[in-house]
Amino acid sequence: MRTLLALLAVLPTLAWASGPAVPLDKAPIDIHNKASLQRGAAIFVNHCLNCHAAAVMRYRRLEDIGLSEAQIRDNLLLAGEKVGDAMTTALDPAIAKAAFGTVPPDLTLVARSRGPDWLYTYMRSFYRDPASKTGWNNTVFPQVAMPHVLWEYQGDQVMQVTERMDQNTGDVVVTRKLVMDRPGTMSKRDYEQYTADLVNYLTYMSEPAQASRKLWGILVLFFLAGFFVLTAMLKKEFWKDVK
Amino acid sequence: MAAIEKPPVTGAGPFNGILTWFDQRFPLVSLWKEHLSEYYAPKNFNFWYYFGSLAMLVLVIQIVSGIFLTMNYKPDATQAFASVEYIMRDVPGGWLIRYIHSTGASAFFICVYLHMARGLMYGSYRKPRELIWIFGVLIYLTLMAEAFFGYLLPWGQMSYWGAQVIINLFGTIPLIGEPLAVWIRGDYNVSDATLNRFFALHVVAIPLVLLGLVAAHIMALHEVGSNNPDGVEIKKDIDPASGHPRDGIPFHPYYTVKDMVGVAVFLIVFSAIVFFSPEMGGYFLEYNNFIAADPLKTPEHIAPVWYFTPYYAMLRAVPPLFGSQFPGVAVMGAATLVFFVLPWLDRGKVKSIRYRGPKYRIWFTLFIISFLILGYLGVEPTTVWGEFGKNVPLVGGDYIALWVARVLTVVYFLFFLLMPWYTAHDKEKPEPSRVTW
Repeated sequence: MRTLLALLAVLPTLAWASGPAVPLDKAPIDIHNKASLQRGAAIFVNHCLNCHAAAVMRYRRLEDIGLSEAQIRDNLLLAGEKVGDAMTTALDPAIAKAAFGTVPPDLTLVARSRGPDWLYTYMRSFYRDPASKTGWNNTVFPQVAMPHVLWEYQGDQVMQVTERMDQNTGDVVVTRKLVMDRPGTMSKRDYEQYTADLVNYLTYMSEPAQASRKLWGILVLFFLAGFFVLTAMLKKEFWKDVK
Repeated sequence: MAAIEKPPVTGAGPFNGILTWFDQRFPLVSLWKEHLSEYYAPKNFNFWYYFGSLAMLVLVIQIVSGIFLTMNYKPDATQAFASVEYIMRDVPGGWLIRYIHSTGASAFFICVYLHMARGLMYGSYRKPRELIWIFGVLIYLTLMAEAFFGYLLPWGQMSYWGAQVIINLFGTIPLIGEPLAVWIRGDYNVSDATLNRFFALHVVAIPLVLLGLVAAHIMALHEVGSNNPDGVEIKKDIDPASGHPRDGIPFHPYYTVKDMVGVAVFLIVFSAIVFFSPEMGGYFLEYNNFIAADPLKTPEHIAPVWYFTPYYAMLRAVPPLFGSQFPGVAVMGAATLVFFVLPWLDRGKVKSIRYRGPKYRIWFTLFIISFLILGYLGVEPTTVWGEFGKNVPLVGGDYIALWVARVLTVVYFLFFLLMPWYTAHDKEKPEPSRVTW
């Protein structure tokens, strides 16, 4: 009884806790760009799948984005999985828990719960933070357990904190900005494209039906427009004699 | 046997023989006449009269899409979330069935709310239609139960924690609360046992109740006849030549063809949502529900789906008493149950808002506005409109939205509780003798 009451007591307060207010960048993605989706799939399999799973996504689904069964088998199946298998991870949850303090979440639907803009900004907002356990921190997801997996490509960002006195009020104004400390192997623009491809793929993977869904929608609406005209004419004809 | 045989069916061409065979063994012709071809409905139905038949259409859509979902869904806490995604990905056309069902849930409430608003506006709950109204309120409450049970099934974070919060509401009832909550859950927490029973209730029990109530609602309606936007009883003016009301027209074919136009428009809007925006900006499918249920991680913001939010806002608005949220729960319950007594609160001489006086119109408008704003506030955190300044007397430092919700909750109840007075002393206009057409 006491726990029930406690839960109810916090019920109204649950509503006003909110996350960090970091402005999110618009993810430059295009779900119909198959080349980008294929690049994204390769990035996902090579870098994300080591720790994260996409447990309800089958490799075979990648035929949707223009890959043949042979291409999937030769390029994306790295540990003897079958084309019909789901994208599971080899990482043991118990080991993950010991190493990171938490089990890396399944990523199949992450683009639906977080949104592409969040993911795109998150993947570009890691910075070196000696105070954290992994040596990395993130402005979009403070104290995140995940280290910056793509650091070799992006390079090392650091948080630059500048304090200056406001001339008028005398208050100390603190500004925080991410700056590149040591560049990675990719230029800023290449890394943006790289993460955009990955987010594009994650967005596709969160709902593989989304491309064909809209196409069907147009057909259905055309049909219904015709149905509407017929019913409206029928109604008009019958109601002529209602006086 | 067969001493008194009914006359043979005529006018159905080659089907006369088979229809006669059936009619002599089943009330085929009399049912058809009673409910369709000789059910006389007022000829002045307007826009608001589409939503009864549309609600029935949505019921059929939900049952049919639900059957197909059941074929692939697994009511098991370890498999439920994945089985929904299996439907979305690996079942041919599965995504369509699922979106039809999730959009249908919201569409059902939209139709029912508009249908109820129609009843309020034109006094369709007044004598002799009290029982139609009561069956209708029962349908509304049953529908809420159906939606609540169904929302747990995808086993996402909002499914899980929404169910947790709602069941805990029952836990606040004095004395019996805690055992009641355990009885509902079948466990001390929302768990696999809860999911199993909610599945049974959502798929079998509640739909059966719903179908029975809809049948009773329509039978009661056809017994007394439909109301209309003028609130005039068309049965008072019977044409002696035909024996039918002068202002009535047979439901079939006139309203069957008219309702088909409504169906076409409805399906256009419905399909636009299903195919182009099934999440409806997070209102029809909540973003957090794409995360599998985790009993150890409470989401930051638990908000019910939009159709429950007016009541949720009331729950939050009522301050706890002796550390118990029960007063809020009681207010929330009373807000839905008060609809039952509506027919006996209204003492106006006319039924329709067209001939009501200014007092009723003002109260009705306030009621609708309260309901809508409460619905909005129930979606948002209480912080949405900020706080009062510290110096404001009484409410200084409190959340503005909280006090707005309190005032609107009072307005919501006053609409009902003061009704016997403001309807009895209102400057009403005389009702016309025939419907306006």
